[in-house]
Amino acid sequence: MRPYVAAFTSRFLQMLQYRTAALAGFVTQCWWGGIKVMVLAAFYASGAPASMPLAHAITYTWIAQGLLALLPWAGDPEVALSVRTGSVAYDRLRPVDAYALWFARTTGWIAARVLPRVALMATFAVVLLPLAGLGAWAWEPPATLAAGTFAAVSAGLALLLSAAFVMLLNIATAALLNDRGINALATPLVIVLSGNLLPLALLPDTWQAVLLLQPFAGLLDIPVRLYFGEFTGWTALGALGLQAFWIAALAALGRAAMGGAMRRLDVQGG
Amino acid sequence: MGALPLFARLVAASLRGQARYPASALMLTLGQFLATGIEVIAVWALFHRFGDVAGWRLGEVALFYGLVNVMFAVADTLGRGFDVLGTEFLRTGAFDRLLLRPRPLALQLIGHDLRVSRLGRLLQGLIVIGFATVSAGIAWTPGAVALALFAVAGGAALFLGILVLQGTLSFWTIESLEVANVLTYGGVEAGQYPLAIYEQWFRRLLTFVVPLACVAYYPAVVLLGRADPLGTPAWVGWVSPLAGFTFLAASFAAWRVGVRHYTSSGS
Repeated sequence: MRPYVAAFTSRFLQMLQYRTAALAGFVTQCWWGGIKVMVLAAFYASGAPASMPLAHAITYTWIAQGLLALLPWAGDPEVALSVRTGSVAYDRLRPVDAYALWFARTTGWIAARVLPRVALMATFAVVLLPLAGLGAWAWEPPATLAAGTFAAVSAGLALLLSAAFVMLLNIATAALLNDRGINALATPLVIVLSGNLLPLALLPDTWQAVLLLQPFAGLLDIPVRLYFGEFTGWTALGALGLQAFWIAALAALGRAAMGGAMRRLDVQGG
Repeated sequence: MGALPLFARLVAASLRGQARYPASALMLTLGQFLATGIEVIAVWALFHRFGDVAGWRLGEVALFYGLVNVMFAVADTLGRGFDVLGTEFLRTGAFDRLLLRPRPLALQLIGHDLRVSRLGRLLQGLIVIGFATVSAGIAWTPGAVALALFAVAGGAALFLGILVLQGTLSFWTIESLEVANVLTYGGVEAGQYPLAIYEQWFRRLLTFVVPLACVAYYPAVVLLGRADPLGTPAWVGWVSPLAGFTFLAASFAAWRVGVRHYTSSGS
């Protein structure tokens, strides 16, 4: 277990160094969230019945912006670089499970980018907005203590789920020796199906069952639904189980794909 | 070699470079088309659920959406050199080489790495404008076409100006900061909806500071043949795109200050 913990910690601490990047990202996400909130408020003002109250849609928007870095946007650039330069050969020689090693590193990479940004976003949207007299636009607290606990556990699972997705992107990068095309195709899927673009509940009613069961919902939509207390008791546990199922399925897929990709891998450079 | 032939040669060089990886270029273009097209899903889903927004229908909003995307696609193609100035030129010291060449600096940067993939956004924007034409019944008279082209030129100048400012900023930060996305991608996001739905402070910001409303909202209101619910007279839409060119000129003034401030990072 130790080498994996070490891989996680070192990548986590390394990424925490990029403070300007985190701050820049935070400013961007505040602005972005603000535009989204204004657009949502304008639509809600028409008075048509909606599938979720405006206050929930606003809170959802802030959480989505805060957890932006949690989404599997792209493969870990370090993996792409190591494939391009040939230093991936060192990883192949280490006497550890290659999938688990990359998974631990990827988890650290994502966690280090999410935590500072979500903390800043919470300060802004939970504390500062109400103080500035914009209480109607604020990020609301969880429905109940239990809902908050479920949401926290679910967010942890979302981190693992995201890492499992990023691993698939990493492996595709290693197999194709190019990361840009793959990332460009993966991003739109993630934005729409995770709920980042629009809360999934605001998409057409006939799609709802499929939207909830597909794997990307576990990245954002399920944690937020738990936060609002939409699922309680056994249903909440079922939602966590669904996330766990997708983590296991994607990790199994990634492991198999990695075996294949690594057997065919040409080490570049010298 | 004059400016235009040089520009043509730079364009041809970057196109040839991308033609070496046709599959990647195709995937990137498709990716751009999809990535920019997903916003359509959000707009459509909101209209599907709420019917209209402050009296604007889907077909009308589609015109704002399409225009802004076409503008940004053009600027994004031309402005990549400024976008990556910090990471690819300043930090590496490659900027010194540009300064040594007896050719206009801005031209060399505009000709740097023109991306085929930006056609993805352009195509997406044009398709949405096509939808708006049918759905909102826009009559493309010669006058309307001229106004639309004028607006797109002004909008491309505005977005290019933002990218130039972003490049200028990197003379001080030596890296390309994500913050500039607030104005580029954030501008596209905000400009996709009619200005009238926003709060007053935000409307003023988009008119007088970053004149996105001048290049998109006011001309589009004229194209739709609607009276502006904010009460601006119709002639405003015929002159307001000039604000985009003014913005670009101001950006280049700031740029010159930045270039004077530049000290090489070496190697």
